[in-house]
Order: sequence, then C-alpha cells, then structure tokens
Amino acid sequence: MAKDLLLEIGVEEIPSAYMPKAISDLKDNAALKLSQARLNYQSVNSFGTARRLTLIVKGLDEQQTDAIIENRGPKKAAAIDPEGNPSKAGLGFARSQGMDFNTLKVREYAGTEYMYAVRKEKGSATGKVLPDVLTDIIHSLSFPKSMRWGYYQFRFARPIRWLAAIYGDQPVELNIENIASGMHTMGHRFLSSGLIEIKNVANYREQLQEHYVILNQQERKEIIYRQIKDVAAKAGGEPMENEELLDEITYLVEYPTAFYGSFDPSYLEVPPEVLTTSMIEHQRYFPVYNQAGQLLPGFIGVNNGTIDNIDIVRAGNERVLKARLEDALFFWKEDLKKNWDQVVGKLDSVLFHERLGTVREKVSRLQKNAASIAGQIGGIDLTMTDRAAFLCKADLLSNMVYEFPELQGVMGRYYAIQAGEANQVSNAVYEHYLPRFAGDELPASLIGTILSLAEKIDHLTGFFAIGIKPSGSQDPYALRRQAIGIATIIMDKQPGIDLEKAIGDAYDNLAALKLDSTREAVVADVLDFIRQRLRGILAERDYSYDVIDAAFAVPVNDLEDIEHRIQAVADFKKSPAMEDFMVVYNRANNLSKSWQSEEVEEKVLQEDTEIKLIKEIKTISPQVKTSIDHRDYTAALKTLVCLRPYVDSFFDQVMVMSPDPQIKAARLGMLKIIANLCNLIADFSKIV
Amino acid sequence: MNFQKIILNLQEYWGQQGCLIQQPYDMEKGAGTMNPATFLRALGPEPWKVAYVEPSRRPTDGRYGENPNRLQHYYQYQVILKPSPDNVIDLYLDSLKRIGINPQDHDIRLVEDNWESPTLGAWGLGWEIWLDGMEITQFTYFQQCGSFDCFPVCAEITYGLERIAMYIQNKESVFDIEWVDGITYADVHHQTEVDYSRYNFELADVPSLTAMFNMCEKEALQVAEYDLVQPAYDYVLKCSHLFNLLDARGAISVTERTGYILRVRNLARVVAGKYLKQRKTLGYPLIKDEALRRQLLDDKEA
Repeated sequence: MAKDLLLEIGVEEIPSAYMPKAISDLKDNAALKLSQARLNYQSVNSFGTARRLTLIVKGLDEQQTDAIIENRGPKKAAAIDPEGNPSKAGLGFARSQGMDFNTLKVREYAGTEYMYAVRKEKGSATGKVLPDVLTDIIHSLSFPKSMRWGYYQFRFARPIRWLAAIYGDQPVELNIENIASGMHTMGHRFLSSGLIEIKNVANYREQLQEHYVILNQQERKEIIYRQIKDVAAKAGGEPMENEELLDEITYLVEYPTAFYGSFDPSYLEVPPEVLTTSMIEHQRYFPVYNQAGQLLPGFIGVNNGTIDNIDIVRAGNERVLKARLEDALFFWKEDLKKNWDQVVGKLDSVLFHERLGTVREKVSRLQKNAASIAGQIGGIDLTMTDRAAFLCKADLLSNMVYEFPELQGVMGRYYAIQAGEANQVSNAVYEHYLPRFAGDELPASLIGTILSLAEKIDHLTGFFAIGIKPSGSQDPYALRRQAIGIATIIMDKQPGIDLEKAIGDAYDNLAALKLDSTREAVVADVLDFIRQRLRGILAERDYSYDVIDAAFAVPVNDLEDIEHRIQAVADFKKSPAMEDFMVVYNRANNLSKSWQSEEVEEKVLQEDTEIKLIKEIKTISPQVKTSIDHRDYTAALKTLVCLRPYVDSFFDQVMVMSPDPQIKAARLGMLKIIANLCNLIADFSKIV
Repeated sequence: MNFQKIILNLQEYWGQQGCLIQQPYDMEKGAGTMNPATFLRALGPEPWKVAYVEPSRRPTDGRYGENPNRLQHYYQYQVILKPSPDNVIDLYLDSLKRIGINPQDHDIRLVEDNWESPTLGAWGLGWEIWLDGMEITQFTYFQQCGSFDCFPVCAEITYGLERIAMYIQNKESVFDIEWVDGITYADVHHQTEVDYSRYNFELADVPSLTAMFNMCEKEALQVAEYDLVQPAYDYVLKCSHLFNLLDARGAISVTERTGYILRVRNLARVVAGKYLKQRKTLGYPLIKDEALRRQLLDDKEA
C-alpha cells in the first residue's frame, strides 16, 4: 500500500525573490533523492509561502525496491593463484564483503577479468529510510545568500523554526540542529496562534486555509490578481500589469486582501514615472489607470490578512505614501527652479572615473562624438544634436535622480520639456540611455540614436583605452551591456554609419587623457568586442551557429547588413536548392582551396564542357556581384545554383589536375572564380 | 502615548526579558550598532543581552529642520540578543503591544533587508519590519562584525523611535511629536537641526576635519598597539563621524570615498581583533557553563 508523504519546513520570512527557485528546487531535489533511495511514488509537488516550504509526495511505496549491489574487487589473476586456489588478496576481498570466496563472480571490466561481489539487497521499509532522505533534501536546498543563527552551524535562507514530517499517519523523525520534526504546523503569523496538529496529509491544506494560509502559490497569485482587478474596477480603473510585482507580493503574504487607497490629486502634478516608481519600488503598490491611460490618484495595496482591519491598514498606507509623494513633489518643484545650463557646469564636480575625468568632460566628448556620427549620416540638425548632448547628463544633479537613480534620462526629458527645449532635444536626452537592458526599447528618434551610440562608444572606447576590459564574470562598468546596446542599435536601427570610424573618432576625443593603449589596438579591440556581442544576439534570435559563423568569417565591417545576410543564408539553407548549391560550392572550393589565381587562359581550354562552363561563369559573375551589391543575397545564391549542371558535366568529362600545367591552371582558375563568388556571401565550408 | 513613554515602555519590556539596560555611548555615531555594547559585544563566544536608546547622527540627512521626515540627529532604540533566541520575532512583536501597536489590528510584514556597514566591516541578513507600509524597525542576524565571523549569532533589533511615535500619535511631521504633554520634539530639537545643518553643509572646515581624520586614525592605531580596546575604538568612532562630516560637506569624491571607507574598516578590524584576544585573555567571564568555557579557552582557533 502506498501512502502520502508531507514535509513542511517552517521558517522565518524567506525573501520573496528566493521563493520561486526554492520551491522548484525542493521538488526537483526530492524527485532525485527519492529515486536514488529506490523509492517509487505517483507524484511529487512543492509549495511555499514566506514562512514555509512544503513537499507533498503522493502514493509513496511502503518499501524500497530491491537492488543488485555489485562491488569490484581485485583482478582475477591476483585473486586466484596458478594452482587455482584463492590468494590472500582474494580471500581478503571476500571477507571485506562478508561473503564466501566461492560465491564471488568473475566479470570483465575494461578488458580485464576481475572478482565481483554480487548480492541482492532487499529494500527496507520506507519509514526507516525517510529520515535520512528528508534530511538530505533539506540540506540540498541552497539560496543566493544564506545565514546562521543562534548557536547553530547550519545555514539556510532564514532560521528554521519548525519541521513537520509525516508519512501516512506516522511521524518521520528527523532533526535540523535543535528542531525536531513533529506532526504540527503553524498558521498565519497574526491570525492564528500556537501549534496546529496535522490530522493527516490529505487535510493539511484545508487546515492551513482555516488558519489563514493559502498554501498553493499559484492559487495565491490568481487570488491577488483577481482582487486587484476587482478593486481597480470599483475605483473606475485598471491596475498596472506588473508580473514581477505580482510575484513578489505572492510571496510576501499568506492571506491576501487587496484594498484601494487614495492620495490627493494634486500629487498628479509630479511625472507619472516618479509616482509609479515610488508606489512599486518603495511600497509594493499597484498603480491604477483610467480608461485614457492616465494615473488615478490612488493605489492598490495587498494586506496580509482579512478585510477586518482594512480601514486601519488603508489609513496607514495612505499616510506613508503621502509622505513619500510630498517629498517627490518638493524635489520636482525644486528641480524646476534650476537653470540647466548652469547645472551642466557643475558636472565638473562629479567624477565619472578617476582616469576618464569628470562627467562634464564626458559631456564635451559626447558633443564631439555625436557631431562626428551625425556628420557620417548627413542631413542631421547639428545644433539640436549638440544641445541634446550638452544637456543629457544634467539630470544627474537633480534632486529627483538623487532620490530615484533609475529615473535618469526620464527626468532629464521632463526638465528639458519644462525648460522649453525642442522636442528632438528632450526626447534625445531620454533616449541616449536606451536600450537599458536586454529587450528594452531602442531610441526612436535619429538624434536619440546618434546620442545613444555616442555615449556607448565613448564608454567602451574610454575603458578599453585605459586597459579596463571585462574578464569572466567581472564587468564592473557594464561594458558588455553597452556593447550589446551598440550592436542592437546598429542591427535594428540601421543608422548607416561606419563603426570603425566612429570608434576611432571617439578615441581621438580622449586625447586630453593619459591612455594605456594605442588607437589602432583600441579600435580593433572595441570592434571585435562589439562583433562578439553581435554574434551572441544573433544566436539568441535563433539563427544556427554554423550560419552565424559562415557570415562572420567573411571580412566585412558592415554590421548593419549582417543579420540580413544571415537571414538569407538561413532561409536558403532550408530550401531544396541548397543541395545543388553545396555541390557547386564544394566541388569548386575543395579543389581550388590552395589555388590563388582567378586567371583563366581561355585559349588552352578545349573540351566542350569546360568551354560551356567558362561561358556560363562569365555570364553569371556580374549578375552575382550586382545582387550582392544590392544586398540581395538570395538572388545571388539562386544565380550560383544555375552552375550545377555545368559543373557536373565538367567534372564528368575532364580531369582538373591535367598533366599540362597550363590547362590545369585554367581549370583551377575557373573553380577559384566560383568559390570566390560563393565566399562573397558567406564561408560555406562552415555550414553543417 | 508620548515619546518619553514609548521609550520607558520599551526599557521596561526589554528589562523584563533579561536585557541589561545600558545608556547611550558618549560619542557621536551614525547608529546604535556603533555603540561598543553592540559592535564589540557582538563579537566572540560570550552571551550578551542589552537594550538602550542611541542618539544617532547622519550629517547628510540634515534638512535645516524643514523636512517633516528627515533629521541629521535622531534616536534609535537598540536591542541585542546573543545568541538569537528561537522566539526572537515573537519577543519583538510583543514589544509592539507594549507601545500600543496590536499586530492583529495592522498589516505587519517582514520584508527582506540585507544590512551592511562597509565602514564597520559588518553585515547581516534580516528584514525591514513594515507597519501598514511604513518601515519601523530593522531586524538583523549579524553574520560578520569588524570583518570577523559572528558566532554565536546575535539578533539586532533597531526601532526607529520617531517614526513609531509619529504613527502612534498620528503626526505628519516629526517636529509635532509630543515628547511629554506640552513639549514637542520641535521644542527640543528644531533649532539644533537648523544649526547643525548649517554647520554640516556650509561651515565645517574641510582642511581641519581632514587633518583631524588623519590624527584620529593615527591615534587609533597607536592606542591599539597597547591592546587598549575601547580607547582605540573611540578614535575609530571619531574617524567615522569625521568621514560623515566631510561627506556632507561634499569634500569627498567618489574615488576618495572608497579609500576613506577602507581606512575606517581597517581600524574597525584591528580593534575587533584586539577585543577578541582580550576577552579570551580574560577567560570569557560571561560564559557561565564551565565546561564550555574551558573548551573555548583551549580552542586554538577561537
């Protein structure tokens, strides 16, 4: 008869960010340890709240399965002497295994015969092995940060305060430091008191619910989501969709009750990003929007408890938010009094990096970088570009960004708008930080794109020039993120710039500083660094590695074009024509690999098939090149496929390696032309 | 409940829990953690239970008495329980009842907070404790102090007295807190907030403070040479406060900052090491279990 198993680890509040992984580890580790212990079961599941991690195993067999245990001993040659009698070593092994020598088996291992002790081990009763298995499971859990408490050496996310371990209707006895397991649990920290006797595994969840704990995290999350929707609807709005916040709250409360709180509409004068940051980051509230997408003067909080105390809880939360918004309004008003041209001057007291100067110096470099990138593109309003570059770091000295660093750029745009700057300028101030993380929006405006590139290229070039490059997991100045930003913009925005020149210009703009590396080395390193990130991004976009390698093996610096080229090759690879193409490519490339010249002396060619081949090559060659110039790689590939019948007949009729060196040279020259045409698109030898 | 009564109730409650009621340390410091009754006593194997009010200074938080929520000088109520008892959270929650906060009536949350003091070389894990969305207490299980591992581990409970008083008295400004009937927090502290803000931000003499920092650093190291633990620690506290003043004056750049922090941390580590040695030399007098005491004294590692 199989029975159910329950393990509940009762803890002081575990950080919510740890919980999803802890819950899934508990399940995975339990499945592994149970199977290692030869215990069969129907299902294993795990649940958790801030105060408990729970494992429920359904239909766990009452007996371990039997096992065949095989232990290898000495070589047969060493265990049995030439007369066929057991040697000292042989007898010793048998004794150590508690077996008679005559029951040992001989088996081959790695080509040699060895003595083996083979015996059947009868499975023990599950109840007997569970204490060790469960202790093992608890020890197997790990957390981003763990701690010790009291006099104990054991480490966990937070102190363990009780353990419930029950198999069927019997306790499983185990200890973690001073905590001995029992058949009891605890309810909600404030709405329940004392130990609760667990009647049986099947009733455990209902018992917890009676004591104001909703155990199942998915259920809790759905309840919260439904409640905030309902509460928002009653207030005439919609809650902000925020999965991260929803997850966090799911693990902060055991018994959720959402409520609506209000604040004075006068605070809506403050930019909405400030209000929502304060609500979400500081208070874990959901902002609420009306149908027009505007913030309502209110918020949704989630009480860890019932509706009974909701008025007190609401009033308290409203007070706290009011104090925070009062601060924000004060900062906003103070910041609006600032003269931003003067503030930029004060950036000379803010150090960017001890070797790369102050932020004011960085701003001057951005102005120059932006001008030269704009010059490359052409037709850009240089005055606007310069103004945006000049202002883009000013908000670092605002009260609001001091208080909410994550709002840099966002505030800069507001202050620029309020100061009457042109839209292009204020938008570029915001956009120059984009993209801030993988999947973030890209700059929408052209000036924003230019400034974003100018900023990121200065950043990378500067740090590379003073010898600071990321290594392994060490990347304190987020250079990888900057390079990914550049790569993404280049690829997806196609600004039409020569990156190599932009990096060189950025290096020249560092002239006032003491640098460690030469211009040539820095340009090459930065370019290579960006290309590596580009490969990573393309791999994340599900292009296969062989196609990416093939495209990157071609020495082109036009990174804007690369995804287009990879896309064409990848699509072509899936088409039936690919096979024909690869025949053409392989036959041409294999033989001509070590041949350099494309020269073909036509008058030495005599065979019918080779004359037809050179004629066809001469016809398609300009077509292929034109297609490549127009970045129509698919057309170029299709044209090359036309060579297949000519190449086949050529190889059927002639021996390329003719004894006549002149004929041989002409034939290899033809193949070289074909191979080189293919290689203009990608290095197809890397395609698998 | 007035401000004074809140403090008296906490004193009485923690006294009943077996805590020594100590008094504030007589020097400037940023937090109750820096009082030697916490910083030093958290180290080593000896048990320790203490509670005290700590006047704390954070020069950069000064707002000339104009901000209703920020002060450059405020009060913490500090409790150290070493080793941390199993029911430590229940003990804390009971203390709230003593000052008129019944947990059943409110939403009390324990929200992750990883506390770290780079200058003291100290860190721990614990929570911010929220009362209806407002942080009223920091709760930390010390893991390291003065760059040494803490064992046994102590629980540190730090109440923000002004915030709690504002909540209980339903005041929107810290200055409106009733200290006793008829005397407000403003009556006691407003003018000093104005004066200190002016001094900290505008007048503190940077060259003198820098020279004083260097002198105090030297003195701390020299005194430590003679194994005089607390006299040396006094100069660590002075260095820490001088650093905070220089910071408020905007006299420390980002890169210099790291250097200053490392210098103070180094001093804290030296003193912590001396303290550990001194307690061992004294024979761990606070350990009453004779067998354990003997065992620890024989332990070469400790």
